[in-house]
Amino acid sequence: MSIDSLLKRDSFIERGARSRAQALLDPGTFRELAGPFERLHSPWLAMQNLVTQADDGVVVAKGKLAGRPTVVLAIEGAFQGGSMGEIGSAKIAGALELAVSDNERGIPTQAVIVFETGGVRLQEANLGLAGIAEIQSAIVALRRHRPVIGISAGTVGCYGGMSIAAGLCSYFVMTREARLGLNGPQVIEQEAGVAEFDARQRALIWGLTGGEQRAATHLADACVDDDTAAMRDTVIALFAQGVPLVPRSDRAQDFLTGLERVDTSRQATPQDVRRIYSKGLAQ
Amino acid sequence: MSPHTNHASRGAMWLRLLTGGAHPVHDWTTVHACDAILAGRPARYVAVVPDPDNAFPRARNGEVGLVEGWRLAQAVREVIDMDRDSAAKRPIIAVIDVPSQAYGRREEAYGIHQALAGAVAAYADARQAGHPVIGLIVGLAMSGAFLAHGYQANRLIALDDPAVAVHAMGKASAARVTLRSVEALEKLAASVPPMAYDIKSFASLGILHEVLQLTNLALPDEQDIALVHGALEAALADILEDPRRDLSSRLRGEHRGASRKVRALLASEWEAAD
Repeated sequence: MSIDSLLKRDSFIERGARSRAQALLDPGTFRELAGPFERLHSPWLAMQNLVTQADDGVVVAKGKLAGRPTVVLAIEGAFQGGSMGEIGSAKIAGALELAVSDNERGIPTQAVIVFETGGVRLQEANLGLAGIAEIQSAIVALRRHRPVIGISAGTVGCYGGMSIAAGLCSYFVMTREARLGLNGPQVIEQEAGVAEFDARQRALIWGLTGGEQRAATHLADACVDDDTAAMRDTVIALFAQGVPLVPRSDRAQDFLTGLERVDTSRQATPQDVRRIYSKGLAQ
Repeated sequence: MSPHTNHASRGAMWLRLLTGGAHPVHDWTTVHACDAILAGRPARYVAVVPDPDNAFPRARNGEVGLVEGWRLAQAVREVIDMDRDSAAKRPIIAVIDVPSQAYGRREEAYGIHQALAGAVAAYADARQAGHPVIGLIVGLAMSGAFLAHGYQANRLIALDDPAVAVHAMGKASAARVTLRSVEALEKLAASVPPMAYDIKSFASLGILHEVLQLTNLALPDEQDIALVHGALEAALADILEDPRRDLSSRLRGEHRGASRKVRALLASEWEAAD
């Protein structure tokens, strides 16, 4: 990006969850459901004397995208690291379940999920995990009818059980600043030692799990600039492709064929992954 | 939770006991799929088992890693394919004893999240296609590993055993991420039901269909095995009577009031938003 375009661009990353949902939907069509005035504060955070938020960090917005009925589920990374508690995950799962019902009665509602999340909110541990299982079930049910598009823009990234939900999406869009992985670097360092993963090495983290690498290795469908219009255009273009013939999550044999070629005696480099996944996974 | 304790063999043990020692249908080392009879009909039993020689060094103690995620997907999708043109969909029993997902650099590099999504999608597709899916928790059911292997089941059954636990993260890591000491975490877990690690607290969330009391946990006898078989058959009958193929049977518990309230609110506002 040139300096001029940098100054003029409309950053998607810098927007909060509500503003992202508004920007994705067609102008004037945004309607928030189970919004902050419903005061859906997490009972479990309150019990631990932790700060709650009236929307529990998830925005459910219904509207149109390029004229099509769409629900946007945007996670607010600035609240509790975008972690999923009981209420936030019920908002996402519940909305996806309603979109499934729409499709079953002939209304082709589609969904966008904006992932800005560290995964389960550990203060609500098992209810967060249960909620994520319900989100995953609903994504699988909905993606048969209409695409479910995932976005991870940054800067929190997409981790934990929600990265598995990301892997269920029909299409996944990232920016260079975003990261997508199951286990965060800190947790790997804690569980496996600093030799396995040094959580301070930023270049290593982005090199392996950043948006550019994920798109280059076919684990994401697009890596777009941090520009709101570019993000919206990309999402519209992916919806126009319709339901993929075989979702990425259903390509077990392709991935296993790649994994058989991995030299597991040494650590992986970003180049290794590009080499291994350049064969067989390109569509 | 030392990686070298013998707990990881519980899954293999129960797979053997429930299938009468049936041979796995594949030569896969860490994912065993065995076909056997349940309630007079063919069923598939699946477990993740340890392999000390696994090529991926972070997945040698029964963890669900890259290969395990994709193999689980294949083990389940085979069943969907077998019954594609049949009205009778055979049951799938996930025998759950998974200490964790594999924590490693290789795993992140090659997209372990995608491998686990493969398993989740297969189980969810099977359930939604009408296969009765039962998750039997005989050991640990931890975090991403549990999401990949068992959490998509129509019904979950757990053994009442101190070695059985369900949780989102091991205690040391959970303490680090939430900026607490392990002691402080344990103290909180005693008063906040969803944070607890023991199976009784988990049962209080209303997510389990049944908790089973065995007499001999380490070496189950004939009576114990019959009890588990009976519970699987009863769960199967319960699923077959239930027209719903989603996970809504888990929402009835006393600690899931917020989950129900949010769904009711969304449903009431959904159509008005058009």
